[in-house]
Amino acid sequence: MVKKTVRQALCEAMAEEMRADNEVFVMGEEVAEYNGAYKVTQGLLDEFGEKRVIDTPITEHGFAGIAVGAAFTGLKPIVEFMTFNFAMQAIDQIINSAAKTNYMSGGQVRCPIVFRGPNGAAARVAAQHSQCYAAWYSSIPGLKVISPYSAADSKGLLKAAIRDPNPTIFLENEITYGFDFDEDYDDDHLVEIGKAKIVRKGSDVTIVTFSLMVKYALEAAEQLAKDGIEAEVIDLRTIRPIDKATIINSVKKTGRCITAEEGFPFASVGSEISSIIMEEAFDYLDAPVKRLASIDAPLPYAANLERLALPKANDIVKAALEVCYKNKSKR
Amino acid sequence: MTIDKFSKEELLNFYEKMLLIRRFEEKAGQLYGMGLIGGFCHLYIGQEAIAIGMKHNMVKDDKVITTYRDHGHMIAVDSDPKAIMAELLGRKDGCSKGKGGSMHLFDLEKHFYGGHGIVGASVPIGAGLAFADNYRGNKNVTLCYFGDGAAHQGQVYESFNMAKLWNLPVLFIIENNKYAMGTSQERSSSTDKLYKRGEGFNIPGVKIDGMDIFEVIKEGKKAVDYVRSGKGPMLIEFETYRYRGHSMSDPATYRSKEEVNDVKTNKDPIITFKEQILANKKVSESDIKEIDNKIKTQVNEIVEFSKNSPEPCESELTTDIYNY
Repeated sequence: MVKKTVRQALCEAMAEEMRADNEVFVMGEEVAEYNGAYKVTQGLLDEFGEKRVIDTPITEHGFAGIAVGAAFTGLKPIVEFMTFNFAMQAIDQIINSAAKTNYMSGGQVRCPIVFRGPNGAAARVAAQHSQCYAAWYSSIPGLKVISPYSAADSKGLLKAAIRDPNPTIFLENEITYGFDFDEDYDDDHLVEIGKAKIVRKGSDVTIVTFSLMVKYALEAAEQLAKDGIEAEVIDLRTIRPIDKATIINSVKKTGRCITAEEGFPFASVGSEISSIIMEEAFDYLDAPVKRLASIDAPLPYAANLERLALPKANDIVKAALEVCYKNKSKR
Repeated sequence: MTIDKFSKEELLNFYEKMLLIRRFEEKAGQLYGMGLIGGFCHLYIGQEAIAIGMKHNMVKDDKVITTYRDHGHMIAVDSDPKAIMAELLGRKDGCSKGKGGSMHLFDLEKHFYGGHGIVGASVPIGAGLAFADNYRGNKNVTLCYFGDGAAHQGQVYESFNMAKLWNLPVLFIIENNKYAMGTSQERSSSTDKLYKRGEGFNIPGVKIDGMDIFEVIKEGKKAVDYVRSGKGPMLIEFETYRYRGHSMSDPATYRSKEEVNDVKTNKDPIITFKEQILANKKVSESDIKEIDNKIKTQVNEIVEFSKNSPEPCESELTTDIYNY
């Protein structure tokens, strides 16, 4: 049993893949001498040198494009965005160049690249630094989109993403970087992309979620258990390609589903899951699918307003009771 | 005289390749008019001396990337013109299996990296190709072409900064054909000296007559050699002119017939070249005639091949999205 933080797990994943393959390199703002804005690349410059751990100027569109060009020749760049909010500057290169060129070239031009960095809300940094981009990137054919929660999954999926021959969006979470987990995993731990994980078994309601929201879903499940409701919690881990089978099989068993995420509600990951369930498991539903997301507003700075904007464990409990038709007023 | 440096075979080869681009593009224009080519189609007519002259300055494994006006550049690197025309027609035997079309031509065997439809986006990608050669310790140069219109995009300057910061072996090449779609340089650029746009980044720039293949080869070679020597990027501004509209749907009413005719009559890169080599006596009228006939036959074969190539299989709709 090893107890490691998500931050350590991510760093180990990069270091191990860089040791194994000289064509893997890391670039981004503050990744080298500063050891990473969030210290995820701690020690990589010392071990691999400045040729493979590259500090860039603050120029997301430009360095994303340079990394895409390098990947077109077969190199395997890991591009760190200080946050995915800043990747908005680079989104043309990510979507039009990285995701589409393989198709437009009839399969000639591959782009084995990983774009990674923290995504979604941190704490008190307001709207421009707090958006979750899972739904945005997941709508793009040609991209794979990963958003892990635990340290072991972070390591295993980042290693898989680096080895994957396709452009991959790897959405981390600033708040979880310091979380540690009691998990049993090897040095060369790999997790298959596209497989969700049932992190808690239950028979009464399915909660589908990812990233930090897994923590709140598990807390909610504990509270629900006190009321005799057994929630099954699914950590998606990969958003695209989505693991339909795990979701559908769970819903067939529970007959009820809620989704929870930090992104905006319109055209969200939950909206997609809701559609999938309606199309493929409608007859098994005992209640409409309930989606939990950010409120439909930019994230506010004020502490009280920020608390109201994003779903928490209590919101998940309320939603679960609602789809289980339990009377909330008695609580 | 510059012309004396080249053998008869070399001179005829330049003529043949420039003429192939010209006749290929004229034919593409006709096929577009007949409805066989759809969407956008940007012709390279008038700019032929640049692609062919710079190809002469390249060595094995040097890379090329450009924007959507890409047919001529792909022909210049000796890619199969049949696969290019078939791509324009959206056919199975197209270089991109018919999935990319006119603006998205690729040939990795020839180190031709596209063919990019977003104006300016190919510039950082070009710097990235050079980054890869630098990373791997190769002595190759990337020729990164873009137009005077693309020269105003922000990512071009982000690329200039990093290319010089890391001394990447990339030659930035502006083909200044005077018009960004319908907007003349006077109406879109704060300066008429695009070759100086790298100076703020310590990237030396040079302006070259892109209508004269001898100038392209001579001055272009100095730039390629500079980049290959490890001194970092350089910028060329080729002065050139496109005869046709921005794309096939553009009647080009923003410029006068006199302006276009003046270039066609006095500056045409192929006619001027032909006159020079004939006057030099190395090449005879019958040599020229032979090539004219050869290209005519070749272009007819290209068209026949492309028309006869089937449309892509319906199963191709969902292939090449992911690699496994």
